[in-house]
Amino acid sequence: MKLGKFPPWLALLMPAIVLLAAVVLVPLVLSFYSSFTSYKLTKPDTLYNWIGTFNYQKAAGDIYFWTAFGRTVLLLTVALNLEMVLGLGLALMVSKVTRGQRLLRTMMMFPMMFSPILVGFQFKFIFNDNVGLVNNTLQSLGLTTTAIPWLVDAHLAMFSIISAEIWTSTSVFAILILAGLYAMPQDPLEAAKVDGCTPLQSFRFVTLPFLMPFIYIAMAIRSLDVARAYDIVQIMTNGGPARRTELLWTLIGRTGYVDAKMGYANAMGYISILLAIFFTVYFFRKLTAARAELGMAL
Amino acid sequence: MAQVHLRNLIKAYGALQVVHAINLDIADGEFVVLVGPSGCGKSTTLRMIAGLEDISGGEIAIGERVVNDLPPRDRNISMVFQNYALYPHMTVRENLGFSLKIAKRPQADIDVAVNKAADILSLTPLMDRRPAALSGGQRQRVAMGRAIVRHPEVFLFDEPLSNLDAKLRTQMRVEIKKLHQRLGSTIVYVTHDQVEAMTLADRIVIMRDGHIEQVGTPIEVFDNPVNTFVATFIGSPPMNLLEGRVDQGAVVLTDGSRLPIPPRYTAAQGAAVTYGIRADNIMPVGHALPAGDHIATVDMAVTLSEPLGTETLLFAELAGTEVQAKMLNPRPVRGRETMTFQIALDKCHLFDAATGSALRRA
Repeated sequence: MKLGKFPPWLALLMPAIVLLAAVVLVPLVLSFYSSFTSYKLTKPDTLYNWIGTFNYQKAAGDIYFWTAFGRTVLLLTVALNLEMVLGLGLALMVSKVTRGQRLLRTMMMFPMMFSPILVGFQFKFIFNDNVGLVNNTLQSLGLTTTAIPWLVDAHLAMFSIISAEIWTSTSVFAILILAGLYAMPQDPLEAAKVDGCTPLQSFRFVTLPFLMPFIYIAMAIRSLDVARAYDIVQIMTNGGPARRTELLWTLIGRTGYVDAKMGYANAMGYISILLAIFFTVYFFRKLTAARAELGMAL
Repeated sequence: MAQVHLRNLIKAYGALQVVHAINLDIADGEFVVLVGPSGCGKSTTLRMIAGLEDISGGEIAIGERVVNDLPPRDRNISMVFQNYALYPHMTVRENLGFSLKIAKRPQADIDVAVNKAADILSLTPLMDRRPAALSGGQRQRVAMGRAIVRHPEVFLFDEPLSNLDAKLRTQMRVEIKKLHQRLGSTIVYVTHDQVEAMTLADRIVIMRDGHIEQVGTPIEVFDNPVNTFVATFIGSPPMNLLEGRVDQGAVVLTDGSRLPIPPRYTAAQGAAVTYGIRADNIMPVGHALPAGDHIATVDMAVTLSEPLGTETLLFAELAGTEVQAKMLNPRPVRGRETMTFQIALDKCHLFDAATGSALRRA
């Protein structure tokens, strides 16, 4: 059978190539191209208005963009570290439970079962300054008489968002670390006891090095997640008030779809993706190094 | 260096008791091997000495100290584990020096001790490798090195050779014996392999179902087993056991054939007994070594022969029981050939059929 003028291997790869081109390549090229135009959703013709690197220069000098960038890095650093510490603690405790551990493990995953949008609404309610649970509790206990503006004050609002983020995702760490604890051979721990380790030293010198690959996997997954954080923030504060909780993607989303400046939004998006790539590469490097150290296959 | 004393040592998991009030005194510098089938409590006993298992009752003393409530780190012991239990993320050097580092010894001291241990065990070229890059035998040597750098009072070995292939096992066995001669330290060694037990031990402790069956030098337990369990567990192939009844100074087997009561044993007229003959002590006429003054002869049909080179192992039937016999200076054996066998009675044993205990003359 003759397959046109294509060589057979190309003909056979064609379906895959067409599919990939349609869903990945074309959007990618188009969005990249549009970041060099003054493309506005309200004026389709502007897609052909080539303005060179103007959008990138504008982003580079945009204080709001860099503030959001910095705030995203901050959120990523704080949330990931806290989730890691809490997840580690949770996993260690659950691993010591002798009865009902399966139930606990299932319960631990509950927060992951909710849509981040719903989590956002829930925490928006919890931290509401009038009817929220937190203020009501604090006032009932007599700890404060004023209504604390959890979602309005810049620091408190970030704190509230980080709380929601941690509530949803600590279990990602807990579950991966728990898997690590289950996979861990017991012999080296016993050897450490005989070698003179206190329980704390056993943890520090034997358990923790073994868990590091699992922690880095969780870090890599979660860094991608948090670097694209949007939903919880969008619901809880909408990046406000007055940009106080603006993150990269709430800013980019608003610029693209509310202000309709799609060309500019795409330019910011491409810069932001570097952030996600940086963290992913960083954690995968760490992961590879930790696995090599343990003598695991790479 | 120190003695180890077990006094009425008990281990129970809930209602299930796995070690039943055992008593054992291990002398300073002695190499004691705990041997027995799986589930006999030997590893549990060792782990109690190490402090890795709680003690349910009784007492363990190392030197003069009762260590029942001390954690492993305060017992001044070293342990070599079956799966080596090396720290996977540390190099050989770090593995060896870890215990000294934890003990906050100066780095210079650690280097000296680690290099000395590496030298003893020929690990020097491997010092910067991680365990994953080592062979089984090398890992085993690192595990032993880790144990010796600390100069503990007692070494504990938990089936250290069972994951090695046969050739390496023989080789490491010799190394462990040399190590003991060199260090002169007290060693408690657990194995299920009676050959390992025989070759290594100063004294063997044979355990079954949480009880100690017999304690003695390898030759003692081989020559004078206290019961049929020890008789069949120690020695290869296992001792042949034949059921019979005592009649006028002889044992009448189930088919009516008579074997004289072995010289060192005594039994009452009519008693049900078990007659024990090792394969080394029943050989075809013309293929046996002269073995003592008292010889009996039986005719048996050979059902199977296993040539091993210097000897051939013959499977034959006597009074309905399969008997293994040895043929030295072997010749080819025809299928179902009937041969006359000589039995060296001086080396035979007699046990009470009901209890299995040896009927030694007082």
